[in-house]
Amino acid sequence: MRKWKALITLAAGASLVLGSLAQAQITLNALFMKQAAYSEDDIKAMTADFEKANPNIKVSLEFVPYEALRDKTIAANASGGYDVVLFDVIWPAEYASNGFLQDVSSRINKADVPKIFPGAWTTVTYGGKYYGLPWILDTKYLYYNTEILKKAGIAAPPKTWAELITQAEIIKKKGLVKYPIVWSWSQAEAAICDYTTLLAANGGKFFDASGQPAFQTGGGLKALEYMVDSTKRGLSNPNSKEYLEEDVRRVFSSGQAAFALNWTYMYNMAQDPKESKVVGKVGIVPAPGVPGLSTASAVNGSMGLGITAKSQNPDAAWKYITYLTSQPVQEKYAKLSLPIWKASYSNPAVTKGQEAVVKAADVGIAAMTPRPTVVRYAEISTILQKAIQNALLGKVTAKAALEDAAKQVKALK
Amino acid sequence: MSPKTLRGVQTSLLYLSVLVLVVSILAPVVWLLISSVSSTNALTTVPLRWIPDALDFSRYKALLSQEPSGFGETFLYALRNSLGAAFGATTISLLVAIPAAYSFSRFGRIGLLYGVLATYMIPPVALILPLYGILAALGLLNTVWGLALVYCTILSPFVTWLLKTNFDAVPVELEEAAAIDGLGRWATLLRITLPLALPALSTATIWAILLSWDEFFYALLFTANQNAKTLPVTIADFAAGRAVDYGLICAAGVLAAFPPILIGFLLQRGLLSGLTAGSVKG
Amino acid sequence: MTRRQQPTAWLMLAPVLIVVLGAIGYPLLRTLYLSFTDSRLTGLSQVPKWVGLGNYQHALSSPDFQAAAWHTAYFVLVSVGLELILGVLVALLLNQKFVGRALVRLLLIVPLALPTIVNAMMWRWIYNPEFGAFNALLTQLHLIGDYRSWLGEPGLAMNMVIVADVWKNYPIITLVVLAALQFIPKELLEAAAIDGAGAWTRFWRITWPGILAALSVAMVLRTIEAVKVFDIIYVMTRGGPADSTKTLSFLVYQEGFSFLRLGSAAAYAYLVVLVSVLLIGLYIVLLRRQERAT
Repeated sequence: MRKWKALITLAAGASLVLGSLAQAQITLNALFMKQAAYSEDDIKAMTADFEKANPNIKVSLEFVPYEALRDKTIAANASGGYDVVLFDVIWPAEYASNGFLQDVSSRINKADVPKIFPGAWTTVTYGGKYYGLPWILDTKYLYYNTEILKKAGIAAPPKTWAELITQAEIIKKKGLVKYPIVWSWSQAEAAICDYTTLLAANGGKFFDASGQPAFQTGGGLKALEYMVDSTKRGLSNPNSKEYLEEDVRRVFSSGQAAFALNWTYMYNMAQDPKESKVVGKVGIVPAPGVPGLSTASAVNGSMGLGITAKSQNPDAAWKYITYLTSQPVQEKYAKLSLPIWKASYSNPAVTKGQEAVVKAADVGIAAMTPRPTVVRYAEISTILQKAIQNALLGKVTAKAALEDAAKQVKALK
Repeated sequence: MSPKTLRGVQTSLLYLSVLVLVVSILAPVVWLLISSVSSTNALTTVPLRWIPDALDFSRYKALLSQEPSGFGETFLYALRNSLGAAFGATTISLLVAIPAAYSFSRFGRIGLLYGVLATYMIPPVALILPLYGILAALGLLNTVWGLALVYCTILSPFVTWLLKTNFDAVPVELEEAAAIDGLGRWATLLRITLPLALPALSTATIWAILLSWDEFFYALLFTANQNAKTLPVTIADFAAGRAVDYGLICAAGVLAAFPPILIGFLLQRGLLSGLTAGSVKG
Repeated sequence: MTRRQQPTAWLMLAPVLIVVLGAIGYPLLRTLYLSFTDSRLTGLSQVPKWVGLGNYQHALSSPDFQAAAWHTAYFVLVSVGLELILGVLVALLLNQKFVGRALVRLLLIVPLALPTIVNAMMWRWIYNPEFGAFNALLTQLHLIGDYRSWLGEPGLAMNMVIVADVWKNYPIITLVVLAALQFIPKELLEAAAIDGAGAWTRFWRITWPGILAALSVAMVLRTIEAVKVFDIIYVMTRGGPADSTKTLSFLVYQEGFSFLRLGSAAAYAYLVVLVSVLLIGLYIVLLRRQERAT
């Protein structure tokens, strides 16, 4: 009898130990993207450090192309596939109102709020609530080829969009390159980012105060007219309308463009001799402005990390997110993506070797303009992409294209 | 024109056509091969030089090396997953399709056959969400088995249809003779009909493997990481990744095409010899 | 069929029916149900509202759907048509006797076995406006003066995608026809030749009926595949420029995953199924009629 009792105690004890062991070991599934900003290697290294510091948490990483990021998050919602997901600045409205992400407002350390750029915070907030932490703070800059500008006798890169046209004209006339400016105007979100930059420079608005479409007038119209006009004059590469950011990088890195609009990550990649023929000739400035309206322009292309609604381990997930977004980690991996922390920009370890980027970022981050934060952004973006392409192809005028788009957007509501 | 010159013209025309055909097949693939061994800078030189100055095999090395968290690891896992999904799905599909095709061929119910075939027409987008739920419930998401199972739904209707039309060509008289000899239906199928339809079986196998090797959409949404990601998804990932290295995509493409090409070569030879044996006449 | 054979017949059908009904039947019914509701792809628990034929009405009156339907029809007609013509011609060519024939036949496996994703990448790379081999080749041969954007112009983009698709897929037709050609007795053709029948007559009277059955299988197969076209578009153009390559499958994908309108996406999907069924039906009728005529 006593033997039995001992055995039962032992069994109970064992199952308890095993149970607690099972409880202790947590596996997080995290979804990241392959483009821009941090490289896969960087993210793997950060995660390895995190796992070392938290031996009871294992993180299984998945990297998908930007185009698949949203689809995967949405599809996985049906079954709870991920704990941590990376999301773009344009998705929180949709994710929040469809219940894809957890509201993490109560987890936010209020003391950190003023230390992080406001532009970064807009990435993760919707309706006054927080849905994650900002992680990638990014905007599009104007890159230029210093050698081509010098050969053309241009002393300084353009400060206004009109000046960009003038300089491009000089370069084209001198035959230095065939098409001086290259953009990412493929029928994708990338086109909207370029359009937003121009819209912001021209003082445009996507929607007016009453929530009606306003992009078909004023700055919004001027932006598209600029795109169409520069293409017609042969200053913008006509192939831009089938390019994404990586194509822009290729064309610029091969020395076939004098100017390019692209994200932060291109700076260090265009300086890599294995990837580029323009090493040492890469200039970067904030995207220009329009006299009387703006001195510089920028689109908010930041991204944040959030916890999915179905996650079973929100606490561990939060721990992981706070680690990745922490100042020391961000400063350690600042070569391809600049930190979200204001203080980092005066840290020599961060700025060293990329002073030009940091200088451009100083202006660019302050000027960051958001794309519309509305639940049905995906549809509005699709409508606008098509309108932009139709105008670029010369099928309709910029005005007609945007007016038609505005009509479709209105019909959505 | 004398018959002799006529024949000469015919022969030259024949060889000219063959030449055009061969060039049209090979040119894109050869460019793929060249791109895979050219440096990035050589590939982005304008005007294009067709022959690279130096051969750069680093991408193949990178893809085939087991270095942790390198391209190679990702690629080799994907290769394993593609092989598993393709062979698993093909085997199961053949096993379920052979008797079904025979039944359709010999006992009719063409209406039902069209019903089965109709399922093959359904665009995957129409099934994907319910399927996602089923796989999740069975714990088969992000597994090679789950993928193989889903591929069966694509393969079996079409394999059934293909085999059925080929069984139709096998003369019923042969089977009737076998029946007189006392063979049952299953034995007839296995010993008489199937061996006679062996070429069709090879064709069905090639196609089944190629189709599952090729599948992209389901794999894109049903797999999450290297446990189950197949080659097409991995290659699309390479292409969309930060450093779009066209050479690397080309190298991955060359390697990804190698197994199915090899299988195709081997089975095609079987297919041809099965036909030239001449035992089957329609 | 004798009554005794009934159980065997069903037993043989059972495995395929289980696979098809289990893994397709349920999702299909579920999608059908969704197509009559306003169900959305969200994380919130919601009771979808029954909207009857609303989604279908909306789809049919939507200009986007009509445009996508037209793009799909164009893609199917042109690519399958070209595949048919090329496939049969090449099969006839490879049925001739010439040195290296076995080798050329093996070569056909290459495009066929090349994964669609790789094929799409390869052609996108070849068409690349700055660094592409196609532009380089055409300029160096002085066929075009300037580099062009092959995937950047509506109309042209679709045709270039079709070229990529045909290059990969016509060998399937060729292989099937080639296999069928082996079944045509040589003596029959020789006898016809001796009787004075020309090459043309011999083809339409003997060869064509001989390959028709196998060809019809391959054509049906290709048509179904073409109607469903998704991956090559996804990789090469993503529906652009200006929606000119947006096909029905892509539209369904967008409606469901980008716009989260599950009900409406399901209705789109069912309309695609309907289009496929109609096309296949048309084929079968045409082929039957031809079979009877010859």
